[in-house]
Amino acid sequence: MFEERELIIIGGGSAGMAAAIQAFEDGVKDIVIIEKDAVLGGILNQCIHNGFGLIEFKEELTGPEYATKFAEHTRSLGIDIKLESTVLKVTRDLVVTYSSKEEGFISLKAKAIILASGCYERNAGAIQLPGSRPSGIVTAGLAQKYLNIDGYLLGKRVVILGSGDIGLIMARRMTLEGAKVLAVAELMPYSNGLNRNIVQCLQDFDIPLYLSHTVSNVEGHGRVEKVTISKVDQNYQIIPETEIVFDCDTLLLSIGLVPNVNLISNIGVKIGATKGAIVNEQMETSIPGIFTCGNCLHVHDLVDFVSAEGRNAGHGAAMYLQKGQIGSGHAHKVIAGDNVSYVIPSRLDKDLKEDVMLKFRVQKPQDNSFVICESKGKVLKKIYKANLIPSEMETFKLPKDIANSIKGDISIRIEKRGEGK
Amino acid sequence: MFDILIIGAGIVGSLLARELKRYKLSVAVLDKENDVGNVTSMANSAIVHSGYDPVPGTLKAQMNVLGNKMFDQLTKDLDVSFGRVGSLTIAIYDEQLLVLENLAKRAKENGVEVKILTREEVLKMEPNITKEAKGALLAPTAGIIDPFNLCVHAMENALDNGAELFLGEEVVAIERKDNHFVIKSAKGHAFEAKMVINAAGLYSDKIAELVSPIDWKIMPRKGQYFVLDHYKSGLVKHVIFPLPSEKGKGILVTMTTSGNYLVGPSSEFVEDREDFSCDVSTLRQIKDSAMLMVPGIPFHQTIRCFAGLRSSSSRNDFIIETPENIPNFVNVGGIESPGFVSAPAIAEYIVEKFVSKIFKLEKNKDFNPKVRKYINPKALNARDRNLLIKENPDYGKIICNCESVTYGEVRDVLNRNCAPHTIKAMKKRVRAGFGKCQGTFCQPLIVKEIADFYKISPLDVLYDKDDSNILLEELKDLK
Amino acid sequence: MKQFICIACPRGCHLKVDENLNVTGNLCPKGEIYGKAEATNPVRTITSTARVVNRDKVLVTVKTSVPIPKGMMSEVMKEINKLRANAPIKIGDILLKNVLGLDSDIVATKNIE
Repeated sequence: MFEERELIIIGGGSAGMAAAIQAFEDGVKDIVIIEKDAVLGGILNQCIHNGFGLIEFKEELTGPEYATKFAEHTRSLGIDIKLESTVLKVTRDLVVTYSSKEEGFISLKAKAIILASGCYERNAGAIQLPGSRPSGIVTAGLAQKYLNIDGYLLGKRVVILGSGDIGLIMARRMTLEGAKVLAVAELMPYSNGLNRNIVQCLQDFDIPLYLSHTVSNVEGHGRVEKVTISKVDQNYQIIPETEIVFDCDTLLLSIGLVPNVNLISNIGVKIGATKGAIVNEQMETSIPGIFTCGNCLHVHDLVDFVSAEGRNAGHGAAMYLQKGQIGSGHAHKVIAGDNVSYVIPSRLDKDLKEDVMLKFRVQKPQDNSFVICESKGKVLKKIYKANLIPSEMETFKLPKDIANSIKGDISIRIEKRGEGK
Repeated sequence: MFDILIIGAGIVGSLLARELKRYKLSVAVLDKENDVGNVTSMANSAIVHSGYDPVPGTLKAQMNVLGNKMFDQLTKDLDVSFGRVGSLTIAIYDEQLLVLENLAKRAKENGVEVKILTREEVLKMEPNITKEAKGALLAPTAGIIDPFNLCVHAMENALDNGAELFLGEEVVAIERKDNHFVIKSAKGHAFEAKMVINAAGLYSDKIAELVSPIDWKIMPRKGQYFVLDHYKSGLVKHVIFPLPSEKGKGILVTMTTSGNYLVGPSSEFVEDREDFSCDVSTLRQIKDSAMLMVPGIPFHQTIRCFAGLRSSSSRNDFIIETPENIPNFVNVGGIESPGFVSAPAIAEYIVEKFVSKIFKLEKNKDFNPKVRKYINPKALNARDRNLLIKENPDYGKIICNCESVTYGEVRDVLNRNCAPHTIKAMKKRVRAGFGKCQGTFCQPLIVKEIADFYKISPLDVLYDKDDSNILLEELKDLK
Repeated sequence: MKQFICIACPRGCHLKVDENLNVTGNLCPKGEIYGKAEATNPVRTITSTARVVNRDKVLVTVKTSVPIPKGMMSEVMKEINKLRANAPIKIGDILLKNVLGLDSDIVATKNIE
């Protein structure tokens, strides 16, 4: 009834392109990438700063350079790339429906799907931002797009909420392009961004960072006129009489990214702690044949890891296409223990054929600690980490022999050195 | 010289303009905002109330019941989403069952069909309601409406039929002449009309006082809301109300015509008629109250919090009257809940009671009550959707991912009467920017569409108000 | 005495550097190297955009080929803002050679057809 394709990849950003290249190299010949923008590359196209590629290409690249390398490679393989095409629906039996000007409203039946649809930014509503609703409350990513792609400054006097890397990067970008960034407020008692960015985006420009602060009021009729920040206590509640008021015209929100998984969450794919799908070591979701990778699985801070994960999913999909359901069909659960936000993958086949790279993040910064992998109270492997912070994803190699010998669930937890049980 | 000039292009002003064009009358509408339906008419619960709640014998009761009946035909003619989903007013304590009985009596007096349901019936109908529910009043004629497009399409139809609209015109003075008025705006424009209808919402008392002293005033009453993202598993099917109190109908939980969920409103009097701010403690109270009725509301899916201001008046009923000895000036004030559902009935009432006294109402044979049909690609099957895209490829390209809005829909509204000029106006009509990312992905594209269509620089595109330019500076100047 | 947060690794040691360029507070040799560099001649890479004159409303993304002195950032930005690039452009094309005599070029980081 519908045209049949082997592998459909939803999203032509870093994750999608890496997955496509890997699947091709593994022998899958019929691959379609469906991408909503007019170019490949995804969010990297607007990340014009450098710091990408140190692992993948052993050189420091800017976002557009990294994206171009992958895009050229992808195109050279003759993979079917549909640009300016938006996927609207995915069904449990792997029918993908998309829409574009040239082709119209089309459904394709896939043998395997990889969702690589990236993430979106949390906005004012998600944090119930108090105050009025004038124009000038924007997310950092939107400001980045207007600035780096279109060449427009959308604010001249800016207060930033959120010290994650996007907020810090935009603090520097806007300052370099002529805006005045008055302050960065951060709810947590520590910054979520890399130290490198604190130094090069805030300290270099004398932009003050207010930790344990949040926005307590926004005033302005047509446009933002004043932003008030206040200190918060350990329960993140506003402490009265700690207000600092800034005269400004823009409040930039850098308050978190959320995986874009509507297409599969709507059809019953199990969703995990990261708000992305629960996956096994093949990056396969709870629906056989649907795989996922990249920011729509969990938000990454280094695109090099996105590419690695994309390859993981591409390989998983290729094995699935060539050999059918991989593995024994039975899986261990991998649980996030003390001070661990999440572990991916959180399902491991009980008969692994290869070692697995577990990826995790800590909830709170912790130094001088061990990362402990255990099952049923027995420690399977532990590694020492001098410094762990939430904004840096960590990896933990679990050898297949150890994993396959386990009888129960596996957990990953962090334990301060010297505080062993 | 216009026959009739309406001050205020909210839901009352827009429906009235359309109603007046059924007759051979020249009609102009003025509004200080940059779009129609831009204040109270767009920040409300979007409910077509059944009418059991207003006190019998009041204008509110009369207009509510009449208006409710008009919505099927009205929304068909104006091509607006409407769902007669019914409402459930929940009793949580045994004493409240008595109140339900009283509401049922009131409903009967108002001529509204209701039914009292038992606890079992309620929980069967709405499994997600609190297990503490003791019973409920079912009002099957209640419904949900797309408030933005009802206002826009009503004005579009009025303009299609020859009315004139002047946005960005704040009325600052009204001079009474022998048998007409001269209306002056802040921009220095002067309009003349034989009759004036003051439907200026939050400022209706101020406008009324420009002509004659009044014995009522507007007391703005704020209502804050949560908007939740589309929720696949479904939460509630009916509009869920708590028992009404002296503060109003209370905090409701409802699905909207766009498949979102709306929770609210709160009720607090404010001084400032421009105070649309949200505050943490009131939002928390809304959450707590709402969870009493529907414990599992997924507040983590909140995509927006907003506030509207009700035009509550000191009189507690609708005010639709002329000042003494000035039969060609009609004040329409205090249009708070059930204002939206009453609006079509209010429009007819004004024509029948006041306009007919000043003008001979000759039917306009050319009046067309219908707007040109709106194309919704999502509602078409694959075959028809492809035919549409072949004919107009703009309907194939998606501009807003969160709400699956196409370029075709955006370009269509730009080419109609009552077209959007701002980002907010576009959002209200096609929903681009109302989704979970709140415009982060699509706003730059909408800015371009508006700039290209009106042949203006993107720097001149506004979010809403005159000083709300989206972009402040173009970099890397070519000078 | 100058103070810096080291950026060589996530530990972010708080460094102190005295007038004789003795570095303290570092937990590894990378910190000593970074501390000395920051104290004597802090350098930064600038990434920005430049106008492409023969393509309507198109910007090319650029970077400094070699880090430039931190104190010269606004001056270098002024030069970047004056740039008038011409398509076609390939990644690596030098759009401005030896900006302000700093031995660093402004190079394109994006292909423009």
